[in-house]
Amino acid sequence: MTLSLVLVVAAALFAVGLWGALSQQVVVMVMMGLELMINAVILAAGAFWWFTSPSPDGQVLLLVVVAAMTVEMAMGFAVALLLHRRRGTDMTDMAGELNR
Amino acid sequence: MTEVVFWVAAVVSVAAGVAVFRTDSMARATYALAASFVAVGVILLAFDLDYLGVIVILMMIMEMAIMALFMIMLMGMNPALMPMSMVHSKRTATAIAVVVFLGLATAALAIPWPGRSGAPAADLTRSLGEAVMGSKMLVMLTISPVLFATIVGTLVLGHPRDRYQRYGDDLDRARPDDPIEGGVGR
Amino acid sequence: MSEVTEAGPLWAALAPVALLALATVGAAVAHTQAARARGEAALSGVGLPFVESARLLRQRRRVTVAADRVLWQVAIGGLPVVAVLMAVVVPVGPVVLVDSPVGVVWFNAMDVMLWALWWLAGWGPNSAHSLMAGHRFLGLALAYELPLMFALTSPAIAAHSLRVADLAAAQQGLWFAVWMPVAFLVFLGAAVAFASWGPFAVAAHADLAGGVLAETSGVDRWLVLVGRHLVLAAAALMAVPLFLGGGAGPLLGPVAWTVVKAVVVLAGLELVAGRVPLVRPERFAEVGWMVLLPATVLQMLVAAVVALGGAS
Repeated sequence: MTLSLVLVVAAALFAVGLWGALSQQVVVMVMMGLELMINAVILAAGAFWWFTSPSPDGQVLLLVVVAAMTVEMAMGFAVALLLHRRRGTDMTDMAGELNR
Repeated sequence: MTEVVFWVAAVVSVAAGVAVFRTDSMARATYALAASFVAVGVILLAFDLDYLGVIVILMMIMEMAIMALFMIMLMGMNPALMPMSMVHSKRTATAIAVVVFLGLATAALAIPWPGRSGAPAADLTRSLGEAVMGSKMLVMLTISPVLFATIVGTLVLGHPRDRYQRYGDDLDRARPDDPIEGGVGR
Repeated sequence: MSEVTEAGPLWAALAPVALLALATVGAAVAHTQAARARGEAALSGVGLPFVESARLLRQRRRVTVAADRVLWQVAIGGLPVVAVLMAVVVPVGPVVLVDSPVGVVWFNAMDVMLWALWWLAGWGPNSAHSLMAGHRFLGLALAYELPLMFALTSPAIAAHSLRVADLAAAQQGLWFAVWMPVAFLVFLGAAVAFASWGPFAVAAHADLAGGVLAETSGVDRWLVLVGRHLVLAAAALMAVPLFLGGGAGPLLGPVAWTVVKAVVVLAGLELVAGRVPLVRPERFAEVGWMVLLPATVLQMLVAAVVALGGAS
């Protein structure tokens, strides 16, 4: 177990999440992709902390990432609910007003 | 021992991550994601991050339990009943994901990472607590209003009824008119 | 830091058996009460757990159409496993299986695991009643979980530690149950809730044709029923170092006192829970958020002020 190997695992998780976030049509599935990407960030941050500088500061970074994820989830669910209620849809393709 | 734990957890986390998008069942997809997070939590435990590892496991199980409800509630079409492709721009996405993975992995392997400076504290949980309540307090002070704003914003966006529906047009109803009776004071 | 030693692998193998023994006592109490309620001789209930076990273990399993076998089995097998994992951080006298520095958070993580397990037990069989019961459990979980977290935090604040053995050692003068009654009661209530028992038996109650039990049979049903009592037993065991002074007590040794206190708490949970009617989760949600949550936050404030006073 070296830093490089852990980072490769994190890169794999990140790429899988990215694939999901880009390709999925359903909002909740897109959120799952985002979650996987944040999962990779958590892993990478933990590895950096452990292998380079195990001071408390790195742990705070992890806490921040976890908090960011809760915000992403809560807001994502709220928007998904709103979309569902207003449009009766759960697909990203039908919620494109940010494009225009 | 740590080595074995790490590799098992690493394989599980990536495999479960792939399973999220390969399975047809909404519940299986959600809990595959939960398994991926638990595996990453276990890796954190292998880094002696007791508190953060357990917190990641705790939060993610909770989150996925709720997420499964949203999946079932919001999925208009059930891919388990009607097998179909629920993806768009699959080729582009695959290309981008592969390029990103190759780039990140090459960087991870090629960059000469610095060695370890300093040693972890004897009690990591305590040192985290002291950092949060001491030198890094500003970070937490910033996060808490963000979290609070999230709670308010989520309720505003997500709640189907507003206070006028509950308390009447002039907000003069003594008891709120809720679809579910009961609770406190009613 | 209080001295506890980690037990060897032999004890680890015995731990599930010991927890099962404790849970059997709890189940016997519950069945005795049920027998009395039916107007039968109370003592006839003592043997019922064994009779029922023997019947279920011989029964042939029934599987529903298009069931999600994998997730269903995960849920059913997970219940006893999570109960044991809950109990491993609890010191019994001077011995503990896993001397985790974050034992309290670990216990919390395991009780959150039950969110997933109860819901999956409802999802697995592809049955409407089961799924509704699983959904209903999550509704209740949203109401009890935050108060439970704060109830767990209060003793940890007072003891300046998340290690369960330190919590027990911090109560040499006065039990936390005495000066943290709110946290203690919320903990007990939440224990009943996450075991889906008594007034909070929303995941498995007769009003929904048995909920997650509607389609389980044979050894599966046995595992769910036993898992429930195991979870209650683990929570009762945890209440001892959290609120009841751990193994402290006169005459008997610390091991004996831990067991005695755990049995008393467990019997209390089984008895009280059997006498209170089912609570509707959608109504209880408001109680959880409007009453219990502020109450436990205030409890935490009291604990923090006292801990500060003791530290200075």
